[in-house]
Amino acid sequence: MSFPQLLRRTLLYMAVLTFALWVLVPIFFIGISSFTPRNEIYLWPKSIIPSHFSLDTMRFFLNSYGVLTSLLNSVWVALLTLAFTLAVGAPAGYAVARFYFRGREGFRLGILITRMFPTALLAVPLAVTFIKWGLYDTLIGVALIHTAMALPFAVIITTGIFMGVPKDLEEAAMTLGCSRFGAFARVALPLALPGLAAAAMFTFVISWNEVFAATILTVHNRTLPAHILTTIQASPLYFRFAGGFFMILPALFFMFLIRRYLFHMWGGATAER
Amino acid sequence: MNTRLRQVLGTDTFLPYWLLLPTLIFIGIFFLMPLFNAVILAFRSDEGVFTLEYFQRMVGDVRFIEALKYTFFLALTIVPIQVITALAMALLVNAGFRGSRFFLYIFALPLGISDLAAGLIWLSIFTQHGFLNSILYSLGIIDKPIYYISYQNIGLTFLAVVAAEHWRATAIVMVILVAGLQMISKDYLEAAEVLGARGWKKIWYVILPLLKPSLQSALIIRTIFALQTFAVVLALAGDIIPVLAGEAYFWHFFYRNSHIASAYAVLLMVISIGMTWFYLKFLKSRMEVIRG
Repeated sequence: MSFPQLLRRTLLYMAVLTFALWVLVPIFFIGISSFTPRNEIYLWPKSIIPSHFSLDTMRFFLNSYGVLTSLLNSVWVALLTLAFTLAVGAPAGYAVARFYFRGREGFRLGILITRMFPTALLAVPLAVTFIKWGLYDTLIGVALIHTAMALPFAVIITTGIFMGVPKDLEEAAMTLGCSRFGAFARVALPLALPGLAAAAMFTFVISWNEVFAATILTVHNRTLPAHILTTIQASPLYFRFAGGFFMILPALFFMFLIRRYLFHMWGGATAER
Repeated sequence: MNTRLRQVLGTDTFLPYWLLLPTLIFIGIFFLMPLFNAVILAFRSDEGVFTLEYFQRMVGDVRFIEALKYTFFLALTIVPIQVITALAMALLVNAGFRGSRFFLYIFALPLGISDLAAGLIWLSIFTQHGFLNSILYSLGIIDKPIYYISYQNIGLTFLAVVAAEHWRATAIVMVILVAGLQMISKDYLEAAEVLGARGWKKIWYVILPLLKPSLQSALIIRTIFALQTFAVVLALAGDIIPVLAGEAYFWHFFYRNSHIASAYAVLLMVISIGMTWFYLKFLKSRMEVIRG
């Protein structure tokens, strides 16, 4: 390797490492904050690495009033959202991937546009409607609005997934005697399953992370982000840090699992505009 | 195009519509209806009379102008920095060196992090006894903590919010741009090389113009979401920096006035549509000029 080449390589790696540190160091900081003994958070001068590793802060967070309940609420809402979103969105994704029909492009554009509207625009009037319907302050109510927010992604993602499953296979199954539904269930579905699982995790993360609508639509049955947001001014710093760390854990885990699909999703979302 | 699609895809007459039906119904109930109701709430009093009262009260509120100002400031500061950072990251990982895939995943990590969590993460850095002050102290640069987040230092507080939002939401722009880069045909790049365009020249004259659709999408998506910035500001700066989405939240949550909250939401929508229109119009002519 010649000297200029070597220099270029070195600069390239330095730039990439700088960006990587920029992304990782704040995550590392919130991580150590959550395992620093509570009193050390307020020390000055404070050492960056705590005197010892402590579960005290995490224990305090998890035992605080309302945290465990809201944590369970969050899991339920995310699971409901996932179920609603796939049940409603996957058939539409399949239709767009498999059929040519009048209004196909209009539908694809329209579904994308729904995501462009501010969350406040949906959450505030829905709070009023949900009071009438008895859905206000319920987990199902939150899951429904989360579904509305995740649906565009679900349709786009599942379209991409079903497009990746060759149509010939389904047709072959049909010539061999399968019904249209049988061919879908026995051939397309199993092949699409890993992609659908990724879409499901992505939906889970969208719901798990959402805070505005969840806060507007609940009073007692708060999700974890809603609980943290509404108590934020009154809670000590170590509670907030532990809360932040706890919220990113599952999200990072799922994002790692579906890393290969991320470009599928976002690439597909914008590629054809 | 359509005839080709017709051949590739099936042409069942009714099945696709049946499959779309659940999504259409859902969008009708949980998107179109609230959209309609938001406008009604913003313009009609509880007695059912058309009124501009809620907009007048919104505009007359002491925090309104500040909220409008900071919302625009935030979007106009964050989005350009993000696009530049994301472009640099995307071009770097697209250079295809050993380990580029690994770095791509690291760069994409903040995609999974919520705005609230990002605010709290950067709070641990910018709070009075936080990591930034600790690092500056251990380097001997300061001996007393600096108050980054306070009413006395609104400029610094604003920069703290920018740092947090920049960190959180650059990943999405990068992913869109990487997807766009991967769609650029290798033929163009090879032709560019043959004709002598290398390095910066290749990026400026070949890659950037071809990346225009992705850049446009990224700009629109990011601007619209930046205008809605909410939890990052609340977690990091409390109510020091008012923003429009935050005001909608306060009016609904603390003052129990969904009319004024809806007025804020409608205003946000109008601004979002305006910005999108601006980008579509402006970017088009601009990019055509570059392309020559």
